[in-house]
Amino acid sequence: MNIVVCVKYVPDATGDRKFESDNTVDREGVDGLLSELDEYAVEQSLQLKEKLGSDGGDSEVTVLTIGPAGAVDAIRKALQMGADKGVHVQDDAIAGSDAFATSLVLAEAVKKLPHDLVVCGMASTDGGMGVVPAMLSERLGLPGATLGSSIELDGQTLKIRRDGDTATVTVEATLPAVLSVTDQSGEARYPSFKGIMAAKKKPVETWSLADLGVDAGQVGLEASYTAVEETQARPPRTAGEIVKDEDGSGAKALVDFLVSKKFV
Amino acid sequence: MSTTAPARTVNQSQIMSRRDLDFLLFEWLGTEELFGRPRFADHDRSTVESVLELAESIATTRFAPHNRAADLAEPRFDGTRVELLPEVGDALRAFAEAGFPAAPLDQGVGGLQLPSSVFGACMAWFHAANTGTTGYALLTAANANLLSVHGTPDQVDRYVRPMLEGRFFGTMALSEPHAGSNLADLTTRAEPQDDGTYRLFGRKMWISAGDHELGENIVHLVLARTPGAPAGTRGVSLFLVPKHLVEPDGSIGERNDVVLAGINHKMGFRGTVNTAPVFGDGAFTPGGRPGAVGYLVGEENRGLRVMFTMMNEARIGVGLCATALGYTGYLKSLAYARERLQGRPAGVGPEEPQVPLVEHADVRRMLLAQKSYAEGALALNLYCSRLVDDAASLDDEGARREAGTLLGVLTPIAKSWPSQWCLAANDLAIQVLGGAGYTRDFDVEQHYRDNRLNAIHEGTHGIQAQDLLGRKVMLDGGAGLGLLLDRVRATAQRASATQDDEAAAHAAALLAAADRLVEVTGALGALGDPRLVLADATAYLEAAGHLVVAWLWLEQWLAAHGKEGAFYDGKRAATRYFFARELPKVGPMLDLLASGDRTTLDLDPAWL
Ligand SMILES: Cc1cc2nc3c(=O)[nH]c(=O)nc-3n(C[C@H](O)[C@H](O)[C@H](O)COP(=O)(O)OP(=O)(O)OC[C@H]3O[C@@H](n4cnc5c(N)ncnc54)[C@H](O)[C@@H]3O)c2cc1C
Repeated sequence: MNIVVCVKYVPDATGDRKFESDNTVDREGVDGLLSELDEYAVEQSLQLKEKLGSDGGDSEVTVLTIGPAGAVDAIRKALQMGADKGVHVQDDAIAGSDAFATSLVLAEAVKKLPHDLVVCGMASTDGGMGVVPAMLSERLGLPGATLGSSIELDGQTLKIRRDGDTATVTVEATLPAVLSVTDQSGEARYPSFKGIMAAKKKPVETWSLADLGVDAGQVGLEASYTAVEETQARPPRTAGEIVKDEDGSGAKALVDFLVSKKFV
Repeated sequence: MSTTAPARTVNQSQIMSRRDLDFLLFEWLGTEELFGRPRFADHDRSTVESVLELAESIATTRFAPHNRAADLAEPRFDGTRVELLPEVGDALRAFAEAGFPAAPLDQGVGGLQLPSSVFGACMAWFHAANTGTTGYALLTAANANLLSVHGTPDQVDRYVRPMLEGRFFGTMALSEPHAGSNLADLTTRAEPQDDGTYRLFGRKMWISAGDHELGENIVHLVLARTPGAPAGTRGVSLFLVPKHLVEPDGSIGERNDVVLAGINHKMGFRGTVNTAPVFGDGAFTPGGRPGAVGYLVGEENRGLRVMFTMMNEARIGVGLCATALGYTGYLKSLAYARERLQGRPAGVGPEEPQVPLVEHADVRRMLLAQKSYAEGALALNLYCSRLVDDAASLDDEGARREAGTLLGVLTPIAKSWPSQWCLAANDLAIQVLGGAGYTRDFDVEQHYRDNRLNAIHEGTHGIQAQDLLGRKVMLDGGAGLGLLLDRVRATAQRASATQDDEAAAHAAALLAAADRLVEVTGALGALGDPRLVLADATAYLEAAGHLVVAWLWLEQWLAAHGKEGAFYDGKRAATRYFFARELPKVGPMLDLLASGDRTTLDLDPAWL
């Protein structure tokens, strides 16, 4: 079974995030890493591979990312966790692509890879739109089972649980399919020393748009339907308000506060 | 009322500084050179970076979160079992699954031959995050390390491998109620049996991690005497005593005759259970009779020697623990001082907003002092770990031996200096926080309590001083000290050669202190009376320690030379601080030693 897991290289959320003059995220000037939400996708891919064991034939997990040169770090991390090989789509023309354009490039890359299952995270931690998995399934013409919080594979049938606000639904899809998993699907493993050493020998291919047969005019800032118009730095953190309770008046003070903020 | 805190410029971890570790490993120690040597050929910069990231991530997510909880919920002993917080086991499992226990060991025993200096940088994260939980890992590593060198192949298979997999844990059982600093008088007995095993009888004291349910088994390394063994340290042998016997196929067998008389309730370091084990009291009867089954490690009567081959690394490990606690306290007090608003600069009226604590020069003094202690100590520990690497990997045999000799003379300093000065750093961290620092709402008071242990175990401060002056400095006609001072002088020369006035002044001060140390060492040697020489050995240890750390600050200054930015400016400021306010303390200590003062020696205990 061939699993392709799509991951994104995002700016480290604990560092200072910056924007370029065109309002795109500065991806070169800040430390990046494998998006935390995509770690869950890698984890589920590895668990499926492990569950299939040798019964599933030789299962293989391929990590796919689109991003600047540094994005290979995201692939490396997934390989250290246990994925088998990596594909890095790198092309200057892609910079500034929105979800439409990104899903186009991903779809073309997936088409070039053997794939029974395409696994994504629920959203990126920088853009946070969460629409790429659905777009990808549309572009690939494959069923999309999105936002899975628990994942089962029974032969060719993929079964997920999706927890909504008002109901929990079970979604089934027949392979090949696109799957996205949430942060409730199970904690991602750490890499291990052995994994770190082994990852050095795992193959990573770099593809350009030309390799995918995608015209540069279809991607990038210019070709994107959505664009960020303006960004503002987060306001400085305030010290907050501390309600002290020395004479039993604390509860009332708390309620007054919540009322004043229209929380109750 | 809500107040606005100043925007933070950097969001850095308050556990350790990855930036500083990178600086020390790659901009100063030249860690990349190691990858060219056969022992470390499997590693490169990218693996080291991944490994450091892994340490940071496990330390941050698995170790740090229960640091306070494990301090508040001390281990409990109900008469048979020791109960720990479940988070302790979870953290140690993650540590083992990642492969940390085996990382620095030889490939032959299943290790990965990670450089000791890199491993030290990783361990700094764990100690800083939660030294109590790290204690179990550290003892197990020391135990496995010793057995991998001195154990039989069968002992390695049966005990070392499971320890590396995180299934078994280890202890070091040396101390007894009446034999702590002086192990020569220990009385635990080991009686040889016909089948080549031994039966042990006796009581130990202060044994860390002496019992718990974290794994399938506990491997005690126990010092004991065989019948008729010579008195003193020459009659001490080392034994492996498992809590549960292990069958030849590796399965867990009978319970051995080792139980606890009780546990000790400590000031700090509470996450690591401290125990009083009893061997051979008949609580269990393996093979149908009382006596704790033990297996000799190495030869009879060579136990201390075997133990001491691992001592350098164990002591550097204790120093590193002290350093890491000092470091995290510094980072936490720094973060607090950047945010807490209090007071205004002199001459500014009440209509102006209050300023953050870090704006006050006296608070900055306390922060810079901490920085100079913690970063200086980290440099010292990593330098020593690098010597461990050099002694194991350099091509030339003479160079390997040189690294070993230098390591020997630096080890007591690497253990004691951080134990003393990073504790002082924790004291300052509390002071920076003011009243908040004295409460349990903040971590700094725990770091202080945890750190207070480090000057006591693994040989007290006073015992380290005797080791330095009485043994290491006098060994081979002072070869170790000579090597050290050669390196100090070479650094001073490089600093003078930069043509930078400040560096030249530091170099001159360093050379003067080094010359004075040589002079005073010679004078002490000429005194003839060993009691007088050793009476103020701690003054010697502390003077030499300050000199060594000043040297390493000048080294850091050189590594930062010509580089711009706040990080490097910080290194220069800390160097300036150390040379202006710390190195001058060396003179009076050496003067005291040179004076041959007999105040303490001649003091009649009745006068106290
Ligand atoms: C929390 C904790 C964990 C420990 N873990 C372990 C462990 O895992 N395994 C283990 O074997 N031990 C362990 N120890 C024991 C530790 O190593 C000893 O406490 C230490 O060696 C000091 O021995 P002592 O307590 O008997 O003090 P003493 O030896 O009685 O020393 C008391 C004081 O007298 C000084 N002194 C003693 N002898 C001399 C001398 N000849 N000249 C000058 N001054 C001297 C000492 O420096 C010290 O200041 C632990 C101790 C503690 C507190």
